[in-house]
Amino acid sequence: MAEDLLSVQDLHTEFERGDGTVYAVNGISFSVAPGETLGIVGESGSGKSVSVLSIMGLLRGNGQVTEGTAKFMGKDLLRLRRRQLEDMRGRDIGMIFQDPMTSLNPTMRIGDQITEVMLSHQYTNRKGAFNRTLQLLEEVGIPEGKARFRSYPHEFSGGMRQRVMIAMAIACEPQLLIADEPTTALDVTVQTQILALLRELQQKRRMSIILITHDFGVATNFCDRIIVMYAGKVMESAPLDGFLRRSAHPYTIGLKRSVIEVGTQSHQLKAIPGMAMALTEPPRACPFAGRCDLAARRCREELPELRAIGGDHYVACHRAEEVLAAGATLDNLMAGGVVSAG
Amino acid sequence: MLGRGTVAATGAPYGAGGPSDAPSEKGSGAGLNGSLPREPLLRVEAVSKRFKVSGRTLRAVERVSFELAAGQTLGLVGESGSGKSTLGRLVLRLLEADEGKVVFQGEDLARLSTNKMRARRRHMQIIFQDPLASLNPRMTVGVAIEDAMSVQNIGGSSAERRRRTEELLARVGLPASAVYAYPFELSGGQQQRVGIARALSVGPQLVVCDEPISSLDVSVQVQIIELLRELRKELGITYIFISHNLAVVQLLSDNVLVMYLGEVVEQASAADIFSRPHHPYTRALLRSVLKVPESAAARTPLAVLPGEMPSPLSPPPGCPYHPRCPLATSRCKEEKPVLRDVSGGHMAACHYAEKVAATPAAVTGLAAST
Repeated sequence: MAEDLLSVQDLHTEFERGDGTVYAVNGISFSVAPGETLGIVGESGSGKSVSVLSIMGLLRGNGQVTEGTAKFMGKDLLRLRRRQLEDMRGRDIGMIFQDPMTSLNPTMRIGDQITEVMLSHQYTNRKGAFNRTLQLLEEVGIPEGKARFRSYPHEFSGGMRQRVMIAMAIACEPQLLIADEPTTALDVTVQTQILALLRELQQKRRMSIILITHDFGVATNFCDRIIVMYAGKVMESAPLDGFLRRSAHPYTIGLKRSVIEVGTQSHQLKAIPGMAMALTEPPRACPFAGRCDLAARRCREELPELRAIGGDHYVACHRAEEVLAAGATLDNLMAGGVVSAG
Repeated sequence: MLGRGTVAATGAPYGAGGPSDAPSEKGSGAGLNGSLPREPLLRVEAVSKRFKVSGRTLRAVERVSFELAAGQTLGLVGESGSGKSTLGRLVLRLLEADEGKVVFQGEDLARLSTNKMRARRRHMQIIFQDPLASLNPRMTVGVAIEDAMSVQNIGGSSAERRRRTEELLARVGLPASAVYAYPFELSGGQQQRVGIARALSVGPQLVVCDEPISSLDVSVQVQIIELLRELRKELGITYIFISHNLAVVQLLSDNVLVMYLGEVVEQASAADIFSRPHHPYTRALLRSVLKVPESAAARTPLAVLPGEMPSPLSPPPGCPYHPRCPLATSRCKEEKPVLRDVSGGHMAACHYAEKVAATPAAVTGLAAST
C-alpha cells in the first residue's frame, strides 16, 4: 500500500444550492497502484465524477471539498496551490471525458491542440511537440497524421475525436489517466476499440487508469479493481475476481443484472427500482435502503460502515454475509427480505 | 382542428373494415418476408433517400423493404451513419423518400395531403435518444403532453386533457406532481418517461423508438425497456426499435434489420439473427457487446471490429463491408452481393453467407486485443 500512486482518504464534497447543501461525496477512500486500472462504477448522481473532479480541483464554483486528503506522488492534491495543480493536470495526470466535443476547441486544428498541451507544460519545444504529435496520432490510431494534424474536430467521427482526446491526455506521459465515461456516447463497436486502445497504451507505459462508468460490463472487462459508489459513499470495493464471484452488496448485484448482454431475455432483466436522489443531509442510514429488496429495519436506521470481508474485499451492507451465503438463491432471500421488512 | 372531435375520440380504432385488426399481444407471428393474407400495419417498399452534400450525393438509405404486422416489433441496428435513423424518419414521413413507398394502414403516405398526413400522425409517433432536446424547455411537462393532444384534437376539454395527462404520467411511472415540472428538473430517465407519455397521449399504433435508452444509466435502461414491453402488451403498440446495440434490439424485437452504409445486410427473425447470423458484420456487432465475465480468469480479450464505416459519400466498390471484413476476397471487392434468401426467409447480403453461418464466431473477424 505504501507505493500507491494516488491515495484518497475520507473525501467529502458539498455543493451549495439555492435551497440548501447537497452532500455529493460523503467520506470515500480509495487508492490506485502504479500500472493499476481502477473502475469507479455508479449511476448518475452517485458522486463518481464529482470525486474525481474534487481531486483535480475542477469543481464548479458552488462545489467545495470539506474534508479529506488526496496524496499523489507524495503531494496532497487538495492542498496544492492552484498554479501547482494546473501544472500537474495534463502533465502528471491526464483526463478524458464522455463528450470529446465539449473538451476540444472547435475553432482550433486538432494538431495544434495536441502540441499546445505539450508547450503549455514545457514538455518539449515547438519542433519536438510537432513531431511528437504526429507520433501520438499514429499511436492512437489516426492514420495519415500529417493530413489529419490540420483537421478540425467537427471533421472527425465521435470515435476519432475520442482518440484525439486520448492523444492530448497522454501527450506529456502522465502517470495517471482519468477516463470519465469515455465510451458512453459511442457505438458498441467503437467502445471496444477505445477500450482496447486505452489498454494498449497503458501496457506500453505502465500508466495507471481510473475509469469512471455506469456500465458494469465496461468496468468488469477493463479494470483490475472496482469500487461501486452510491450517494457519495463506497458500497463495495474489491479486486475484479472477488467482484465477479463474490458480490456482496445488493446494489452491486442490481447493477450486474442490469447489463444487457447478447442472449439476455427480457424476463431475466431486473431493473433496480427508483433512482438515486441528491442528499440534502449527510446519510445517517443506508442510502440504498429505499431501493433495496433486502432492506430491513436496521438498514433504515443505521449507516453501514465499509468493512472487510476477506481478500481485500470491502462492503458497506448490514446483510452482506446473508447475500454471500445466499449466492444463487439470492432472489428467495430478496423475496423474504421484502416480507420481513414489511 | 375544428370539427374533427368525434373522429378523434381517444383510443378508438380507425373505423370498421380498417386494414389492421386490433393487435393481439404477440402479433400474428408473420415473418418479415412471408406473404401475408392481409395487409400488414406497415409496408415499406424499396425506399431510398439521398442527400446532396456540397454537390455530391450521399446515399443515406438504399432500397430498403420490410413489412411489419400490428403488435410486432422490428429492430433496426447498425453503427452511426448506417441509415437506421433516416429510415425511421422516412417511415414516419418526417423525411420524404426519393424512391419507394411507405404504406401505413393500407395508405401510401406520400400521397396523403398535408392535412390528412397530420391526422395520420396520431397513429405514428417517435421517441428520441435525447429526451431533453425533444422537449420544449419552457413548457411544463403537463403543457407539453396536453399540447400534443390538442394538436390532434384529443380529449375534448382542457380539463379532460389534464385528467388524461395525469393518467399517462402515472402509467409511465411518474408522480402526478410531474405535471408542473420543467424538463430540466427531471432526471434523464424521467425525461424519457415524459417523451413516452407524450407519444402515447395521442393513442399511436406505431411508435418509432430511436435509441431511446442509449444516453441513460444502465439501471434506468432496464426500467425503460420494461416499460416499453408492458405498454406493448397492454396497448398492442407496434414498435420500430432503433439501436446501435444488437443485444438491446434483441430484447424487444420479433424481427431485425441489420444496416450498413444505408443498406440492409441481414434481415431475419430476432431468434435467427442471434442463433444463426449469416453476415460477418452481424457477427461483429454481436461480439462487440460486452459480457460480464464469470471470473477474472474467464475474462476474454476485447473483440475489436477494426476501422469505421466508410463515408457514405464515397462508398467502396463491391461489398460495402469488404474493407473491414476479414473474410473478404477479390470477389467481394468487385461484385456487390445482393440481399438474398439464405434459408427459409432469412435474408443476407454476403457472397459467403452460408460459409459465415457455418464458421465458428471467432474466425469471422474480430481482432482480439489483450
